[in-house]
Amino acid sequence: MAVSGLLFIGFVLGHMYGNLKAFAGEEKFNEYAHHLRELGEPMLPYEGFLWIMRVGLLVAIIVHVACAIALWKRAADARPVKYVAKRNSGSSFSSRTMRWGGVTVLVFIVWHLLNFTVVKINPSNGETGDPDHSPYALLVDTFDLWWMTILYLIAMLALALHLHHGTFSSLQTLGLTNSAVSRARARAAGWVIAIVVAGGFSLVPLSVLVGIIEK
Amino acid sequence: MKLTLKIWRQENPSATGGIHTYELDGVSKDMSFLEMLDLLNEQLVTGGEEPVAFDSDCREGICGMCSLMINGEAHGPEVTTTCQLHMRSFNDGDTITIEPWRAEPFPVLKDLVVDRSAFDRIIQSGGFISSNTGSAPEANSVPAPRDKAMRAFNVATCIGCGACVAACPNGSASLFVGAKITHLGELPQGQPERWSRVVDMVGQHDHEGFGGCTNIGECASACPKEIPLDVISQLNKDLRTALKNGF
Repeated sequence: MAVSGLLFIGFVLGHMYGNLKAFAGEEKFNEYAHHLRELGEPMLPYEGFLWIMRVGLLVAIIVHVACAIALWKRAADARPVKYVAKRNSGSSFSSRTMRWGGVTVLVFIVWHLLNFTVVKINPSNGETGDPDHSPYALLVDTFDLWWMTILYLIAMLALALHLHHGTFSSLQTLGLTNSAVSRARARAAGWVIAIVVAGGFSLVPLSVLVGIIEK
Repeated sequence: MKLTLKIWRQENPSATGGIHTYELDGVSKDMSFLEMLDLLNEQLVTGGEEPVAFDSDCREGICGMCSLMINGEAHGPEVTTTCQLHMRSFNDGDTITIEPWRAEPFPVLKDLVVDRSAFDRIIQSGGFISSNTGSAPEANSVPAPRDKAMRAFNVATCIGCGACVAACPNGSASLFVGAKITHLGELPQGQPERWSRVVDMVGQHDHEGFGGCTNIGECASACPKEIPLDVISQLNKDLRTALKNGF
């Protein structure tokens, strides 16, 4: 759980950085997307790096979800009779929403892949397959729709909550928070990762909606 | 004080229980929570009813026997044990919900009494040191660094009451196991069995049916002895080291 989660943190940081290329304009953004496919050539074949990432992430998500299901089941088995009254006083909202928040993020990822990777659905005109071969144009068309931007922002909120607890929790699971100081640092890391990643991701759709990024 | 009490009543381990409501008058703010229940039981016995069964022993906060979920909080609203909780923490006219610890490995025996033998079995699986008995050894013959001794002492205050399990949304006993692992692992006397101890105790913990830890932190805030969450990190670190070394 912790190791696969840390891999995802590395991935979303890289992904968020790449998205910010949208501020550099259509040419730079599309060039970045193309460069990802050529990364590692000639040591790797065309799209080789991308496929290594895809397989790695797929394995990580399978491990992550399998662990989550196992923990969920153990928790349900450990308390078959629920409390009539239960008050939570020592836990963060994010820690209590890891399971349903994780499901939310997973559902979002499915749509996100349909939107930008697998089918390349353009929600503003219904086209698929990105006929212009411009990831930038697809991005702008998507976030020009206010409800698409809202949808992505909700997903980023879920991601932020997941990262806030997940970052701390992974460090604790790996046994790296053995003092009050290191625990406070791990908590702080959770805040930083959540705000940087979700904030960085949200900048692009918001900028498209208000017209800072346009075709 | 006049109180409305909603109390879980259950005849025996296999019976179906339910919440019963009682009105109780004449409660003094100086009473402990258990004395308040004693008062209720006197009233019930006088009225020919079965008294409410609950656990208590020392009534001075050091044995870990009392165990009540009070208004959804293990040991109630103060950082202390139920026996050291006083009625001044409540107000006249309050409704108080009282339930037993809820966990599959802590079956309800009757009303508010649960069987916490699962903790004893976890201790038996590794929460000890092997040492020659006989005359007491010279106290200064085994030096222990002060910071480690202090940490060991702080977590050795765990009384095994089970509040961590009761408060945990996952029903995990990781704070309890972590406290024992840290207590013994920080001291020289605990070193010979350190790695087999963590593997055996975690194995027994899982075997008893406690849930898995997701680092939520409800346990540490419910703990009457304020065992910090970092004992779970220590538990994970020791377990990682032990598994790496083939234990």
